[in-house]
Amino acid sequence: MDRIYLDHNATTPVDPEVVQAMLPHLAEGFGNASSAHSFGREAKVALENAREQIAAFIGCEPSEFYFTSGGTESDNMAVQGVARNLSSRKNHLIIGATEHHAVLEPAEYLANRGGFQLDVLPVDSDGFASPERLASLITDKTALISVMHGNNETGTIQDIAALTHAVREKGVLFHTDAVQSVGKVKVNVKDLGVDLLSLTAHKIYGPKGIGGLFIRQGVKLAPVFYGGSHEKKRRPGTENVAGAVALAKTLEIAGRRLEPDTKMLRELSDYFIDKVTTLIPDVALNGPRDRRVPQTVNLSFSGIEGESILLSLDMEGIACSSGSACTSGTTEPSHVLVAMNKPKVEAQGAIRFSLGRSTTKEQLDYVLEKLPPVVERLRAMSPVYQKAKS
Amino acid sequence: MSGGVDSSVAALLLKEQGFEVVGAHMKLWDYVDVGADIYKDGRCCTLDSITDCRFVCDKIDAPFYVLNLSPEFKTKVIDNFVGEYRAGRTPNPCVRCNSEVKWDEFLRKAQEVGCDFIATGHYSFVDQGAGGRWRIRKGVDETRDQSYVLWGLRQEALARTLMPLGSLQKTEVREIARRHGLRTAEKAESREICFVADNDYRRFLREHEEKKGRRFEAGEIVHTDGTVLGRHEGTAFFTIGQRKKLGVSYPTPLYVRSIDTAAHRIVVGDDSDLYEADLTAEKINWMAKDPSALTLGGPSFEADVKIRYLHPPARAKVEPLTGDSARVRFVEKQRAITPGQSVVFYDGDVLLGGGLIA
Repeated sequence: MDRIYLDHNATTPVDPEVVQAMLPHLAEGFGNASSAHSFGREAKVALENAREQIAAFIGCEPSEFYFTSGGTESDNMAVQGVARNLSSRKNHLIIGATEHHAVLEPAEYLANRGGFQLDVLPVDSDGFASPERLASLITDKTALISVMHGNNETGTIQDIAALTHAVREKGVLFHTDAVQSVGKVKVNVKDLGVDLLSLTAHKIYGPKGIGGLFIRQGVKLAPVFYGGSHEKKRRPGTENVAGAVALAKTLEIAGRRLEPDTKMLRELSDYFIDKVTTLIPDVALNGPRDRRVPQTVNLSFSGIEGESILLSLDMEGIACSSGSACTSGTTEPSHVLVAMNKPKVEAQGAIRFSLGRSTTKEQLDYVLEKLPPVVERLRAMSPVYQKAKS
Repeated sequence: MSGGVDSSVAALLLKEQGFEVVGAHMKLWDYVDVGADIYKDGRCCTLDSITDCRFVCDKIDAPFYVLNLSPEFKTKVIDNFVGEYRAGRTPNPCVRCNSEVKWDEFLRKAQEVGCDFIATGHYSFVDQGAGGRWRIRKGVDETRDQSYVLWGLRQEALARTLMPLGSLQKTEVREIARRHGLRTAEKAESREICFVADNDYRRFLREHEEKKGRRFEAGEIVHTDGTVLGRHEGTAFFTIGQRKKLGVSYPTPLYVRSIDTAAHRIVVGDDSDLYEADLTAEKINWMAKDPSALTLGGPSFEADVKIRYLHPPARAKVEPLTGDSARVRFVEKQRAITPGQSVVFYDGDVLLGGGLIA
C-alpha cells in the first residue's frame, strides 16, 4: 500500500483543475494588478472576476470580500483590525473556548499588551456554545465576538446563526473563522448573520498562501500592516492574482462536489468510527456524531499518548495528527479537548483522522488492520492504563 | 540525534548495517525557560541543530521525530542541578540526563513506537562480558571516551543499546560523514552543559532561583586556620578546588577546600589542603561487576578510578559497604575530590560500575 494521507484538516493536495486555472496567471498573465498599462489591466480583470465568483459563493457583495495570504492573516485582520479601531471606546473581547491559535493569540496579545479584557465563551462536551451564555457576557465595552464555525480538531459545526441571532440587538461585531467549514458545508454569510468571516484555499484542495476575509459593508477595521492602498487600503501588497483565481476555482469545484463528497465522507467516516469502536476497547469519539464536518474523526484512546500512536502509524505509512498541526510536539492535551471537559487521560490519547477526496475504504481497512496492535502494544506499556483496568 | 556529526554517522552506519533506523531528537528545554536566545545559538536542542538532523535523516532516508522530553528533563536534571549546588555539591547533569532521561524516558518512547534498540554516537562499546553481564567498554579513540557519563545505565537499558562508533577514531567518523555528504561533517563539537547557554552556571542558578522567589544565603569565607577572609553571596556558587572568583585577596593562591552549607561557610586553603586518599561512593550502579558477587564489608577489589570527566584514572581499592555504596581508597592522594561528582571504576577499558561521591 502507498502511504495513506488522513490529515486533510491540516492541508490538502491542490486539485489539478485548480493548478491549470492558475498557470496562465503565473506566466503570461503576470502583470501587477495595480499597474495602469495593459498588463496590469489584464491582471486586474482576472482578480476582480475571481472576487465576484467567491463573493457569490459565500453570499456577499464583491466589495465586501478581501484577499489575504490565508486563514491566519484573515483572523488577525479581523481580531486586531476591529479591536484596534474601537480601542478608544471599547476594550472587551469575547472569543470561543475552542478557537484556533490564529484567533486566540491576537486576542491574548490584545489582552496582555493592548489593554483589552478577554472573556472566553465556554462550550459543552460536544463543543457547542450557548447563545444565552454569549448574551450574558456582552457588555457595553464589547468590541468583538469571535466564534469559529467548523472546529479544526473535532469537526464540531457551531450554530453560528443561533449565536448571532441571540445577540443581534446588542450591536456587537461578530467574526467567525470558517477556514474548516467553507467548501465542506454550506456557508452563507447572510444566513450565518456574521459581520466578518475568514476562509482559506489550502484546506479545500487549493494552494497554500491565499485566503480571504469577508467584511460586511459598514464595518470599520484598522489595517494590520501598511504599505499601499490595495484592497481599498485594507490590505496592502501586490495582489496574488494566480492565488485569487485558484481560490475562486477551488470554491467552484467545492460547490459542485459538496453533495457527493459529503455523502461519501459521511459513509466512510461512519464506517471507520463504527469499526474502530468495535475493534478497540476504551475509545471515544470527540465531538458530536452529527453536526460535524463529516471528514473529521477525532478519537481518544484512553490511557496512552497520542504522540506515540501518531509516530507508530507514521512508521506504517499512515499520516494523521494529534492535537492540531500547530501544536504537535508537545505532550499537553489540546485546549479544544480541555474546553470540552475531556478528562486528561483521554485528551492526551487523542488522534485526529481527517478524511478527504482521495480516501477509500481499502485505505481505511488498512488503518483498521494496523491500528489495534499499535494501541494494544502501547496500552501494555502504559502504567496509567494498566492501573485503570485493575 | 543531537545535530552533531557523531550521532549523524551512527545513524548512517546502522542504516548501512541493515537496521531500520528512526532518527529522534530529544527536546529537553525551552529557550524561554533557560534564558537562551532563539536567534543566536547553534548548540544542541536549538532549532538549527534540529534542522541539521532533518537534513541528515532525509539523506539517509530515515524518519525523523522531535520528542518533547522537557518535563522529565526539568524535574530530573535541571531541578537536580540546582538542588545539588544548593546542597554544596557539584552535580554532573550529563550523568543525570543519561541515567534518568535518555536511558529511561527516551528508551521507553523508542519502545512505544516499536523500536528494539536506541543508538547513540558515543565512542564506546556495548557488549556482554563473561557471565552475560552487559557492560560498556571505552572506545578505541581515547581522546573521545565518554564512558564516564554512562555509569548509570542499568542492565535492561544496556541490553537495548547500540553504539556503533566504538571502533572508530573521531577523524574517521568525520571522514565517513564527508564521504556521504552529511552537512554535519565539519560541525564543531559542543562540550558545555546543553541548557546553560553561555556556560555561566552561576548566572543560570541566580535566574532560576529568582524566578522561584528563592534566595541564596550569604556567609563567610574562612581559611583552614580559622581566619575569616571575606564574605560570599551563596555557597551554591562554589566548587571544591575552585581558585577563581573567591573575591578575597591573599599573598598565596587559595582553593576551596570544603563547603559547609549548614553554617553557610566556604573553607579555603592551599593547594596541599586539597589532597585526600579516601572517598565514599553512594548510589552505585554496578555494571560489568556483578553485584551478587560482591561481599559487603568484605575484601576489596582493585580498580582504575576516575573522579572527574577529565581526570586520568587512578589505582584504588574499592570496598563495598552496602549494595550501593563503597569506600574507595586511592594508592596516591587525589586532588579536589568533589561531593556530587561521579566516581567511576574501570578494569582497563571495562566500566565496572560507578556512583556519586558523597
